[in-house]
Amino acid sequence: MLDLSKYQSIGEALKDALDRFSNEVCLIEADREREKERLIYRGFKDRAHPLAKALQDGGFSAGARASIIMTNQSKWLISAYSIFFVGGVLVPLDYKLTPEEQWQLLKHSNAAVLITEFPIWRQLSTSAGRAAATSVRTVLLSEAPADVDLAGAQRWENFRGPGEPVFIARKRQDTACIVYSSGTGGTPKGCMMTHENYLEQCVALTSIYPFWPGVRYLSILPTNHAIDFMVGFFGPFTCGATVVHLRTLRPEYVREAFPKYKITYVSLVPLVLKNLQKGLQARFDALPPGKRKVFNALVRINKALTRSRPRLGISRRLLKQVHEAFGGELRAIIVGGAFTEPQTLQFFYDLGIPVANGYGLTEAGTAITVNDLRPFRADTVGKPLPGMEVRIVNPASDGVGEVSVRSKTVMAGYLNEPELTAETIVNGWLLTGDLGRFDGAGHLQLTGRKRNMIVTEEGKNIYPEDIETVFESLAVKEFCVFAANYVWPKRSMTGEKLVLALHLEPGQKYSEELRQEINARNNRLLNYKRIHGVVLLDEDFPRTASLKIKRNVLAERIAKLDSAAAILPL
Amino acid sequence: MRTLEQTTQEVLDLAASHFQLPAGALAPGDDFFKKLGIDSLQTLEMLSRLENHFGIELPDYEVQGVSDFKTLAERIQSRL
Repeated sequence: MLDLSKYQSIGEALKDALDRFSNEVCLIEADREREKERLIYRGFKDRAHPLAKALQDGGFSAGARASIIMTNQSKWLISAYSIFFVGGVLVPLDYKLTPEEQWQLLKHSNAAVLITEFPIWRQLSTSAGRAAATSVRTVLLSEAPADVDLAGAQRWENFRGPGEPVFIARKRQDTACIVYSSGTGGTPKGCMMTHENYLEQCVALTSIYPFWPGVRYLSILPTNHAIDFMVGFFGPFTCGATVVHLRTLRPEYVREAFPKYKITYVSLVPLVLKNLQKGLQARFDALPPGKRKVFNALVRINKALTRSRPRLGISRRLLKQVHEAFGGELRAIIVGGAFTEPQTLQFFYDLGIPVANGYGLTEAGTAITVNDLRPFRADTVGKPLPGMEVRIVNPASDGVGEVSVRSKTVMAGYLNEPELTAETIVNGWLLTGDLGRFDGAGHLQLTGRKRNMIVTEEGKNIYPEDIETVFESLAVKEFCVFAANYVWPKRSMTGEKLVLALHLEPGQKYSEELRQEINARNNRLLNYKRIHGVVLLDEDFPRTASLKIKRNVLAERIAKLDSAAAILPL
Repeated sequence: MRTLEQTTQEVLDLAASHFQLPAGALAPGDDFFKKLGIDSLQTLEMLSRLENHFGIELPDYEVQGVSDFKTLAERIQSRL
């Protein structure tokens, strides 16, 4: 079992790993069929130290914040290590956010340095949001073509300091990263994750899904995401494993990468896993009847032999072609970011490909529970990881209540939000806002949400408050957006929808014109953020003294309506 | 050599046919995520088809953040 107890910080653990595994391959970067880069740990250090020195020479000191907005590539990890080496706090941001959202979070996090890619900077530098983020003094760009205007930035490749940087020690309780779990439209929720959070999570996760030199992890989920940061950077690096980055995520190149690099683990969001399932199923369905019969018989044998635990060797021999398509060395697909349907999990397990299904949230330091596969259970999110205390708060007669967690992996709090932190972490217990219960075998089953939010199959958290701006000044008396599952709880974590609650002006009718206006505004939102229906109310919304809508009280009122009749389709 | 207008029109025609929309249903300024209601995987499929059509490579990171057909056509044009 991995022992990180002697380390105080991410930087210290990584620094030691770079020396210990100096000749092992740590990174492979490929663009389509071309391998662009292959680095050993010593080479990684040689690339990172000049950057760390330049940061240090530029006055970047302990506790200063630096943000990375990059697609998955080697420079992401090199930059992150350099930031940790000089004692900095990393602010990893989603490269898929809009430039305005990115500037908003850069401002909120008070980042002094921004490390990004030229195509992203091309949009960021011309965005109006730039003026407000005055804390950002240094911008480093990778992949900038020669002879272009860098709009005040510097080239990442040239940002190198002479000599060796000085390693800056940090303590376990110091903030290592500020990770935004959501809230770009409303209140930004910047989770302050400590060095201890990551060190403890790494030990817990690798106890079930271990890494070692020779293991190759295919990094597809964005590295700013808590899962990929852990299993696509910190976890494999502390164990001497290899991370494979693809600069092109077209399905055809992702498919090729499995056999080419003999991938051991990959993390996917449910949407991608389902697409993979669809593709495989179509291929199975296209088999000639005779072959199909043989194939189905082999799947049945595999199911019988792996009932109590995975037997990779047997499965790889029985269903050779399927496993060879995945490179023949895949040990597990890690799925996260959102709830995965049991039927999809079962599909892969029946083929002898275990899916490491679990449950977690950024605030808890990635994973809280994970399926240990002994035996495989598609109907649960597994058992608590070592070091996690999980309990159900105020369980109803059927055992269902709010899931809460206490562990060394729970964040220090939300940046600049003491009240929100106090509501979320109560007496050391993190209230997740998710509803669930434990079964007799100690497995957690999730049944719904207590929070007014939805999670899409792409793993995106959507808070209704954040999309209300698009309906501002709508010609109605008042409005409010809700997650339908929050208002009318149903025992499901999939197919979650948003609804718009409307209170019309006296005498106003829900006209065709109004419906069209709502539709037009709704279409300004990305598809996964759109509302799916309207609920009409004929009384004033309950409000606080400061005139904020009391969402929970309003939700209780709406819940009394019959959802099938109350939701008017758009 | 195609003009930007020609490239833009070809992008629109190809996207319309890929997503089975009538010709002329899409406009250069349309946000393809919003107009087509597509997810990231479907967008990647569309990009692969555009690459094959124009015989170019369009790196994912080059089109990161691009959401309208006009800008997409400009990125393609710069690589023709």
